[in-house]
Amino acid sequence: MLELRSITAGYTRNAPVVRDVSLTLAPGASVGLLGPSGCGKSTLARVAALLHRPEAGSVLLDGEPVRRWRHSAPRDQRTAFGVVFQQARLSADPRLPLTGLIAEPLRATGRAREIPGRIAELAPAVGLTPDLLTRRPHEVSDGQLQRACLARALVLRPRVLVCDEMTAMLDASTAAALVAAVEDYRAATGAALLAVGHDRTLLRRWCDRTVHWDELT
Amino acid sequence: MSTGIGPGPAGTATGPAPRPAPVLSVRDLSVRFLMPAGRRVAAVTGARFDVLPGECLALIGESGCGKSVLASALLGLLPGNAQTAGSAFLGGLDLLTAGERTLARTVRGRLIGLVPQSPAAHLTPVRTVRSQLEETVAALTATRGRAALRTAAEAAAERAAFPATHLDRYPHELSGGLAQRAATALALVGDAPLLLADEPTTGLDRDLVDRTVDELRRHVDDPGGTEGAGRALLMITHDLAAAERIADRVAVMYAGRIVELADATAFFGTPGPRHPYSRGLLEALPDRAFRPVPGMPPKLGDLPDGCAFAPRCARATDLCTGQAPPSGEVACHHPHVPEDVRA
Ligand code: SF4
Repeated sequence: MLELRSITAGYTRNAPVVRDVSLTLAPGASVGLLGPSGCGKSTLARVAALLHRPEAGSVLLDGEPVRRWRHSAPRDQRTAFGVVFQQARLSADPRLPLTGLIAEPLRATGRAREIPGRIAELAPAVGLTPDLLTRRPHEVSDGQLQRACLARALVLRPRVLVCDEMTAMLDASTAAALVAAVEDYRAATGAALLAVGHDRTLLRRWCDRTVHWDELT
Repeated sequence: MSTGIGPGPAGTATGPAPRPAPVLSVRDLSVRFLMPAGRRVAAVTGARFDVLPGECLALIGESGCGKSVLASALLGLLPGNAQTAGSAFLGGLDLLTAGERTLARTVRGRLIGLVPQSPAAHLTPVRTVRSQLEETVAALTATRGRAALRTAAEAAAERAAFPATHLDRYPHELSGGLAQRAATALALVGDAPLLLADEPTTGLDRDLVDRTVDELRRHVDDPGGTEGAGRALLMITHDLAAAERIADRVAVMYAGRIVELADATAFFGTPGPRHPYSRGLLEALPDRAFRPVPGMPPKLGDLPDGCAFAPRCARATDLCTGQAPPSGEVACHHPHVPEDVRA
C-alpha cells in the first residue's frame, strides 16, 4: 500500500509544480494518472518512487512514513519500487551492454550472483533476444532499449511499478508488448502500478482506475 | 514550378480528372550502410512512391524500420558510409545524385521544408525566435533591409500561428506547442513545394498532436505560393492516430521495405490494411485489440531471403520463406482480400 498525503513538491522554492495532492495505491491495484505535459504529474511520480523529496506532505509505504529519499532512503523502501521513464536514452548508461543495464540494480545491491538467473527470466519476458543483450544502447532501437529499461525496473522484483510515459515514444506494437509485459509481471507477483501519461485511450485500457490530474488538485 | 512531365493544370482537361504531376517521385530507392568487416546493412530497399501536390503521405513504421534513413536520403543527410541507388525526383532534380552544394543552396529550406522531430533542439537556444526567422528569411528569400525582414519574419510567424507577442522569446521560454510552431514557421519560410515532417508529434500531448497535425494539414491545403496546387507533405511517424488524422495515403514500412501503400480511409476504416504486418500494427492500438505483433523485427544487417515478416506472420507459408514477396501496393504472397476482411 502506497499513500501520498497532501504532497507539495517542486524544484525551486515557492514555486511548487505539485500542490497539496493526495493519491492512494492499494496493494496490487493499478492507477492511471492522466494529465497534460508540464502539469506536475511526472514530479508526483518521482515523489511516489522516492526519487524526489516533497516540500510538504507525507509518503507512506505499507503504513511506514518515508523519511529519506533517493540514495539515502532505506534499501528495503528504495527497492520496493521499479521505475520506467519516457526517455530510455536519457536513463541508460551508454557504455553498458543491455545485460549490464538490466543487471545494474542487482550489482548496486550486492546481489551480482543472481544476475544470470534474472537475465534468463527477464529477457524473454520483455521480448529481448540473446543477440540484443550484448549490444549497447546506440546499437538498438528506442523500443528495444525501453524493453531493457523495463527489465531493469523489474529486476529486483518491486512491489510497486511506476511507469512515467513509458510508451510515449514507441510504436503501437512495442507499446502493447511492454504493457503486456508489465501486466504479466503484476499477475505473477501482485505488484501495484502507477502509470502516468497523457494518452486517455491507453490508460483507460491499461489500468483498473484512471484519475485525471485536475481531480487531484 | 513545372516538372514538365505531367498533364496541364487541373481543371483544363475534359474527361477523367488528370492526375497532377507528383511533387516528389521516388523510384526503387535503396540505402546500404557499409560497416566494418564488409558487413552491409540494408536500411532501405526498393522504395517507390509519389507525393502529389495538396496531398499528405504518412510513412509509418516502428523505430529502426528505415523510415528516418529514407528521410535523410531525401535531404542528402546520410553519413559517409551510405550508398544509395534508385532515384528521388523533386521537380527535375534527382535528390540522390545532387551534390552537397545544390542540396544546401537549393534543396534544404527552398525545395524541402523540414519540420523537425524535436523543435526545441532544432531551434538555436541563444537566439530569439524573431532573429532566427529573420535570418532564415534573409537566407532563403530575396527580402532585404531591416524593416522588410522584420515584416517578412512576422508574416512567417503568423502563417504558422506563432503569436507575435512571443517573437522576442528564446526557445527555452516556449511551451512545446509554441516551439513546434516556431519550427514550422522556419520550415515554411522558403515556401518549399514539399514539406517533410519527421516525427513531428513525438512527445506531445494528444491535444497538441491534434493541433500540430491540423496545422500541417492546413499548410498542405493552402493554395498560396505553389501555383495554387498546394504543398505536398511527407510525414514520417510512428503515431498511427496522427497519421489517421491527416494522411490521404499511407505507406507502411517494415525492415527497410514499403510493404503496403494504401488510401488512408480504406486503411484505417473498412476494409482495413491488406498486409499482415499493417493489420498487426493497427490491432496493437489500445482502442483496438491492444495486442502486440509477436516477436521483433529482424536485424537490417541480416535479412532473410524471403519475406522479412515471415517469422512473425500467422499467414506465412513455404512460399514466404523461399521467395521475396511481389513488389506493388501490397508486398505479400497472401495479403488479406476485402472478402475475408468483411467476414
Ligand atoms: S509474404 Fe507471407 S510471411 Fe510475408 S507478410 Fe505475406 S503472408 Fe506473411
